[in-house]
Amino acid sequence: MTLLAVEQLEARHGLLQAVRGVSFTVDAGETFALVGANGAGKTTLLRTIAGAHRPAAGRISFDGVDVTAVPAYARLRTGIALVPEGRRLFAGMTVKENLLVAGAYGRRGHWTLETVLDAFPLLQRRLNSRAGNLSGGEQQATAIGRALMTNPKLLLLDEVSLGLAPIAVEAVYRSLEALIKAKATIIVVEQDIGRALGVSTRVACMLEGRIILTGSARDMTREQVTEAYFGLQRARRATS
Amino acid sequence: MIWITQLLNGVLLGGYYALLACGLSFMFGVMRIINLAHGDLAILGACVVFFVADATGISPFVALVVALPLMALIGFGLQRWMLERSLRAGLLVPLLTTFGLAIIIENGLFEYFGADSRSLAPYIGDFAFDSWAITGNIYIGSLALLIFVVAVVLLIGLKLFLTHTSLGRAIRATAEDSDTAELVGINARYVYAVAAAIAVASAGLAGVFLAMRETFSPYSGPTQLIFAFEAVVIGGVGSLSGTLVGGIVLGVAQTFGAQINPQGFLIAGHVVFLIVLAGRLAVGAIRTRGGMYGLFARRP
Repeated sequence: MTLLAVEQLEARHGLLQAVRGVSFTVDAGETFALVGANGAGKTTLLRTIAGAHRPAAGRISFDGVDVTAVPAYARLRTGIALVPEGRRLFAGMTVKENLLVAGAYGRRGHWTLETVLDAFPLLQRRLNSRAGNLSGGEQQATAIGRALMTNPKLLLLDEVSLGLAPIAVEAVYRSLEALIKAKATIIVVEQDIGRALGVSTRVACMLEGRIILTGSARDMTREQVTEAYFGLQRARRATS
Repeated sequence: MIWITQLLNGVLLGGYYALLACGLSFMFGVMRIINLAHGDLAILGACVVFFVADATGISPFVALVVALPLMALIGFGLQRWMLERSLRAGLLVPLLTTFGLAIIIENGLFEYFGADSRSLAPYIGDFAFDSWAITGNIYIGSLALLIFVVAVVLLIGLKLFLTHTSLGRAIRATAEDSDTAELVGINARYVYAVAAAIAVASAGLAGVFLAMRETFSPYSGPTQLIFAFEAVVIGGVGSLSGTLVGGIVLGVAQTFGAQINPQGFLIAGHVVFLIVLAGRLAVGAIRTRGGMYGLFARRP
């Protein structure tokens, strides 16, 4: 069953066109990885899906409903949650407040303060610390927990491993795997191709605002993705 | 003994300043708007209560029941239809917008009420000048005490509201990062409008107390804005308890100044404000340039 359908989506930052006519669908229960170099348009694409960025053209439908014109705060209530790049916690508020503030406006469901803390036990003893004083890994866990508090049907993860120590990345991905096993639908943006292939069921590679390669993560090789990542196919076609 | 009495008076006056300043500080803390119409909105609140009390003969305290929700509504509308639009054009535009609003309020009130000085004191009877004797020769005014208590209760209440309710947490989250607040389901436009409603209602309340303790005219607003501004700067922006401290420091400085010389009331307040401001700048300079030496060192 298709949960998210993106059709001919275009998004700009002023004159710069970051996303150029992107179309794809994500089925319920799928983990969809989006890879690509810096500036390929991945973050803008995710933010547009979440409603934080207004698209210039195209259509986004979620759960069979056209949500293109729905603002971010209302889109969250339909079940789309974004873990933004750089975590973007409310630094002056405590971990608990960061979680509660999201829980107040989201959907009701399995995820509550208790279940989130069960999933991220490292947050238990940091509950009353200011979010700005946490380590990178703890902050990332809080950011994912904050998104889960809204009980999303679709979770968008933007560069969750960026700027984290390898051990913290490991911990974050371990908790993600638990989510994936629980049949959550996830779109993950990841720089690390190996990790993206390992965690996902389907992979799409973006280059200069377009999706140039999609396929099942199982059938795709690292080399294929790498070629697309750097735009090598196109370069070869141009020279031959 | 007179100094102890004046100290108490100064502290109680500080309660009024804190009440006046908290809305200004709150609006800046949440929306980054410096509301130059804050003093005039306070006077508008006083005028609304004066109008209701004069027309119906009911007590000004009862008239607050009408006036405060009306002021809150005005704050909500101002944010929604005026400040929000001007904020989109940059941080400096709201400064111009609220400056214009101040002129409109002042002249609007002048048009309707005329230039006469008025006071709510006649409408609250003895309460305007009643006092309690604490010891044989120390008295405190009951109205001043009431204003102080209301200010403290309001500041504590606001603090509890911001930490323990979901709307309060939403206001803090939006103040920190409105873009991310939207991503966790907070309607930032609505939250801003609620914050403006709280700020304007508190200004109105302060204005009513001003009108009870002394006289006011349509052009009294700017002076009150300066007092509120000084209290905010002395106490530190965005801190509610700091606002109370700032108000008290300003109030004590003014009453002590008045005790030294009848002309000293305003000057002492401004001088303390300038000393705190200069001290802040010096501390900032010392921190950024590394130690006391840096303060006097030549800039590279």
